[in-house]
Amino acid sequence: MATIDPRGGTEPFRLIAPDGTAVGDTEVGLEPNELRELLRWMVLARRLDRECMALQRQGELTVYPPFEGQEAAQIGSAFALGPDDFVFPSFRELAVALVRGVDPVQYMQYHRGTWHGGPYDPRATRFAPICVPTATQISHAVGYAMGLRLDDIAACAIAYFGDGSASEGDFHEAANMAAVFRSPAILFCQNNGWAISVPTTSQTTGEIWKRAEGYGFPGVRVDGNDVLAVYRVTKDAVDRAHDGDGPTLIEGLTYRVGPHTTADDAGRYRDEDEVQRWRALDPIERYRAWLLASGHADDAFVAECDTSAEAEVTRIRTDVIATEPPPTEWMFDWTYTEPSEPFLRERTEALGDA
Amino acid sequence: MPEVTMSAALNAALRDALTEDPRVLVYGQDIGRLGGVFRVTDGLQEAFGANRVFDTPIAEAGMVGAAVGLALAGWKAVVEIQFDGFSYPALDQVVSHVAKYRERTRGRVEMPITIRIPSFGGIRGKEHHGESTETYWVHTAGLKVVVPSTALDAYRLLRLAIADPDPVIVLEPKARYWSKEDGELTVDGPGIGAGRVLLDGDACTVVTYGAMVARCLEAAELLAGEGIAARVVDLRSLSPLDVPLLGSCARETGRVVVVHEAPLTLGMGAEITARVMEEAFDHLEAPVARVTGWDVPYPPASLEQHYLPSVERIAEAIRRTVKY
Repeated sequence: MATIDPRGGTEPFRLIAPDGTAVGDTEVGLEPNELRELLRWMVLARRLDRECMALQRQGELTVYPPFEGQEAAQIGSAFALGPDDFVFPSFRELAVALVRGVDPVQYMQYHRGTWHGGPYDPRATRFAPICVPTATQISHAVGYAMGLRLDDIAACAIAYFGDGSASEGDFHEAANMAAVFRSPAILFCQNNGWAISVPTTSQTTGEIWKRAEGYGFPGVRVDGNDVLAVYRVTKDAVDRAHDGDGPTLIEGLTYRVGPHTTADDAGRYRDEDEVQRWRALDPIERYRAWLLASGHADDAFVAECDTSAEAEVTRIRTDVIATEPPPTEWMFDWTYTEPSEPFLRERTEALGDA
Repeated sequence: MPEVTMSAALNAALRDALTEDPRVLVYGQDIGRLGGVFRVTDGLQEAFGANRVFDTPIAEAGMVGAAVGLALAGWKAVVEIQFDGFSYPALDQVVSHVAKYRERTRGRVEMPITIRIPSFGGIRGKEHHGESTETYWVHTAGLKVVVPSTALDAYRLLRLAIADPDPVIVLEPKARYWSKEDGELTVDGPGIGAGRVLLDGDACTVVTYGAMVARCLEAAELLAGEGIAARVVDLRSLSPLDVPLLGSCARETGRVVVVHEAPLTLGMGAEITARVMEEAFDHLEAPVARVTGWDVPYPPASLEQHYLPSVERIAEAIRRTVKY
């Protein structure tokens, strides 16, 4: 089969072709209800992503980074994680957050401009605060993984980052440290083709997954729009990590069909033709077709996914809009565990109750 | 009491912290078998094993970034950056993550991270081995910054730093690593943020920290022979700053001289001067004087005596301020 990735290079691991036909062993160890769950999550994620774009246009969010087109990469990988595995996201992993059980209303406080980082409890959902400086979260994942190994806990950490982030020195330092300490870390690169306006071809002349060999651990390139393939390669990486076999680098080839953020104008740097080519490779259409053809789901289930997503997103929308700005004193309340006297003086002055 | 060097006192602090708290880890470059280029970690890997005391690849950003993840996993990392001039690659991790994590998670995730940085000049070191980085850290909310000046204080401040739930930068004055002090190693005493009056006097307050403390004491001794009684304040903590102590000393002596190795512009002297003005404007008898390094890159070894505040330069500034 000819490459379907316009970027070319090594053909990625794939189980389901863009037209929904199986091209590999689709027995990935998931039960029929779990296979259906994958579709339900992707449908909810896309519906919520589009709602967030609308919320931003309506002035309810400050800036929002959409992930449309990347649902399979996020849902498939997140679904492969165990409850004790810890996610270190960048700023575009809302779909991963959903699967981890992070309250989307709390998550959205970041984009609503009411709190930095997301006020959810990272330890409760094993989902670290949103991380905007590109690639810095990768060493956090490696450090967490080092800690797991020291505690002899059979769990892992997964860092999500993009093709642009892979150009940062932080990527290299973290990958190398992961190898040296044989950390149960998974480095998951969502190669979505663009780092704002700069195409992957201007970030690197090689293939990102191949860098793993230089660090001394396995790398794999997967069709990031094939949710089952993403699940499978991530599950393999998780199992390796849990078994003490060290890190894995996964490059998921996918595409950001929307802008970098709501503040971006993608029409200035890429052709609509390219976007349309990728829309034809849509991860949800592909998986839905396979799921129906395989007999694991019927039209009623597909319709119910849409209905339940609509209801859930309506609730989230209402709750996001109801989120109030935090009280001013919160600006001072967590900077230090034991604030100093000069610090408290500033707080008093800011609150105007001197 | 036995005499102890600052290097040995810091070693003892790490040893005691590793002994008392099984979640403490010590890592950095060349800190394992070598024991650190200043021998501060000498023997620790042998005593506590390579799981708790270990060498890392040369990757300052990765080392500090890993400390964030380790904190989330319940570990307390004590990271050694080999030299001041090599701390810059870690600046992003410290500023963007270490300092902000507690705030970003509304106190749910603390960052009990200690970053030790052998600092400042005065040892005829190579380029990038004599820098004063304190302003970068002090300007970053969420961090504490301490600078010991003596062996016993180094032990105490490092123990406090490791025990602190918030991230602490420990700037260790290289020029004082082999200085000795008599006394018992103890954590007893005030917490981080308290300065101390090392020498009392009523003519002028000399505010300083790190390796400059010894020079200021020398200058004060010299001036005592001239009938000028200078008070010497060792700040010990640059963030938080002991503003109440600065205020009371400024009010009591009416004159203040600030001494540090860092360049003049936006060095600690700028902040200290402003605080003194806010706290004691009506009591000041003279403008606050600053004796500092110059606004130049740290010079080569053969010129560093012209860069660092000398005893004579400090003494002259005190004389000028007292006579004003």
